[in-house]
Amino acid sequence: MKKLIGSIALSLAMVFAVGAASAAEKLKIGFIYVGPIGDHGWSYQHDQGRLAIEKAFGDKVETVYVEKVAEGPDAERAIERLARKGAGLIFTTSFGFMEPTLKVAKRFPKVKFEHATGYKQSKNVATYNARFYEGRYIIGQIAAKMSKSGTAGYIASFPIPEVVMGINSFILGAQTINPNFKLKVIWVNSWFDPGKEADAAKVLIGQGADIITQHTDSTAPLQIAADKGAMGFGQASNMIKFAPKAQLTSIVDNWAPYYVRRVRAVLDGTWTSSNTWDGLTQGTVEMAPYTNMPADVAAMAKKTQAMITSGKLHPFTGPLYKQDGSMALAAGKVMDDGTLSGMNWYVKGIDGNLPK
Amino acid sequence: MMLILEKRSEQSRAMTFLSPILAIGLTVVIGGFIFAGLGLDPFKALYIYFIEPMTSLWSIEELVVKAAPLILIGAGLAICYTANVWNIGAEGQLTIGALFGSAIPVYFTAWQSPLTLVLMLVLGAIGGALFGAIPALLKNRFGANEILTSLMLVYVAQLLLDWLVRGHWRDPKGFNFPQSVPFEGWQLLPLLGEGRVHMGAILAVIAVFILWVMMSRSLRGFEIRVIGSSPRAGAFAGFSQKRVVLFCFMLSGGLAGLAGICEVAGPSGQLQPTISPGYGFTAIIVAFLGRLNPIGVLFAGVLLAISYLGGEAAQVELGISDKTAQVFQGMLLFFILACDTLIHYRIKFAPGRGAAGAA
Repeated sequence: MKKLIGSIALSLAMVFAVGAASAAEKLKIGFIYVGPIGDHGWSYQHDQGRLAIEKAFGDKVETVYVEKVAEGPDAERAIERLARKGAGLIFTTSFGFMEPTLKVAKRFPKVKFEHATGYKQSKNVATYNARFYEGRYIIGQIAAKMSKSGTAGYIASFPIPEVVMGINSFILGAQTINPNFKLKVIWVNSWFDPGKEADAAKVLIGQGADIITQHTDSTAPLQIAADKGAMGFGQASNMIKFAPKAQLTSIVDNWAPYYVRRVRAVLDGTWTSSNTWDGLTQGTVEMAPYTNMPADVAAMAKKTQAMITSGKLHPFTGPLYKQDGSMALAAGKVMDDGTLSGMNWYVKGIDGNLPK
Repeated sequence: MMLILEKRSEQSRAMTFLSPILAIGLTVVIGGFIFAGLGLDPFKALYIYFIEPMTSLWSIEELVVKAAPLILIGAGLAICYTANVWNIGAEGQLTIGALFGSAIPVYFTAWQSPLTLVLMLVLGAIGGALFGAIPALLKNRFGANEILTSLMLVYVAQLLLDWLVRGHWRDPKGFNFPQSVPFEGWQLLPLLGEGRVHMGAILAVIAVFILWVMMSRSLRGFEIRVIGSSPRAGAFAGFSQKRVVLFCFMLSGGLAGLAGICEVAGPSGQLQPTISPGYGFTAIIVAFLGRLNPIGVLFAGVLLAISYLGGEAAQVELGISDKTAQVFQGMLLFFILACDTLIHYRIKFAPGRGAAGAA
């Protein structure tokens, strides 16, 4: 027994000694994920960004992450734990981490924070997001070309501006091909819930949708679409291996360029708080290969992609009408970012009402 | 040859007290093997899991934040289980308590006075107690099994919360996120110190003390014990089993409701679709680990809080799954129940087919 206690004490002492020796110098970078990194969607892509940092900076950095952090009181502790463990830069990768991030940032003024999809900055909290709506415009066009029933189904998470603008962008793209294109939306009120997402996909297909798209993170809707003979789009990552015959393309979040840039800024001492909203142009939004579609549809998609990337085309260009028919944006005008990021109304042509 | 359990005529008193310690020891040892199986240094892993949360003021504070609701609920459940009344639905009573208390900030957002908070806490306890009374009344009136009814009512409560925060109670300025208005000022529990420790921790200690006095010094405590060990004897003494059932359910429900409103008016600061990581269920482990004794519950609550924080620390330090905490909690309950069984029964090898009466 004595021997056992002795060996425990010894190994503890060794742990401390090793910990103290290697901690210095390296920049420790923390990540908070809302889902499991195995979701093959949102959190998975953020984790790919983390791996890109490790690859780019090697020994100069050390990364650590906490997955499946609930957007609630436990988030604050998880973030604070990373700050206390000596992280110099912390990425909190979900909207619901906004308040906890700001609270912890106030207590750790020397630590730099990056909050994804939020709208509140502070001296040491920067925000960043991607213009996913650009990709949604393209997939809207593809959907209208590929659909036989003229109806698509959309599995949405929360009715926040981010999601609403995606739905609007999708239908605007579709309307350029088929002005009478129909879109049915189901809200599952979760970012990641394979069971609910799958049920929603089944309902939508049952209601006549033959194209399924989603603003949720699991691969379930696409897999259901594949099972039921419908087509669909991947979300956040290239999900082609989950539906090789049914995925048309996928809007891929590529956080690596931004993450590498921000880490470099911290290492160089040039980091400042900012609000970044990159899209196709900067490579933060990417389109997976256009598959399972005729060549002319793929060509059209590529052309639209090129026009958005070069800045020739903005999905939200007037004239735009709200669902009730009132004018939202005059002809020829391009919507400004402020209006976009506060969007809480449907454009004309969408079935159903925004949950109030 | 087969194994049967035979009731021991006498139970060892010493073992009754040693059983939780034995269970903890077994959990640690098996946990060490699991860590080793994952290719980790088991000593380092166990250190990070069980010891590190107690090495800094910050994490001790977080420990208290986590332990407070477990203790509040666990103490109430301990009384329940002593009386042989099986309230499994503390999670639901917690949720309803949180809803009752939150009605104040949701409907009277601008009302700021110390009374606001007092009323919120009182309503929280009332909500939990009333919701706890439902399975008690069903049992007393119709003989419905309270394990089932109380458990099922958890889902009713959670769906009610879900419906409210996504609908009528949603913050109009919250960008359509399913959250209530953020509570402010006197709608929040006062903090103790720099961290997140709030007044709920004091309430938990007070509750433990009151329950301990009640159980050891009052007639009511005696009544609960008698009814728990022998309802027939209780009836001869003039105690009503139905009254005890109702009392225990309302007491434990009220405490769970209080824990619920403390969570919402404490670390959460607003209503959300999920307000508890299963405190109401974990508190069942707390009650048993604490030997159904309010003072024991105090220690058991801290231990279970460690298992939560340790799980998180293990994720950060060792890069292992967030499920570790659940594995440890599960093992703990398994071992304590196993130890208890072996205190009450002995294993016997019986020849041939199973004898009748094998438990």
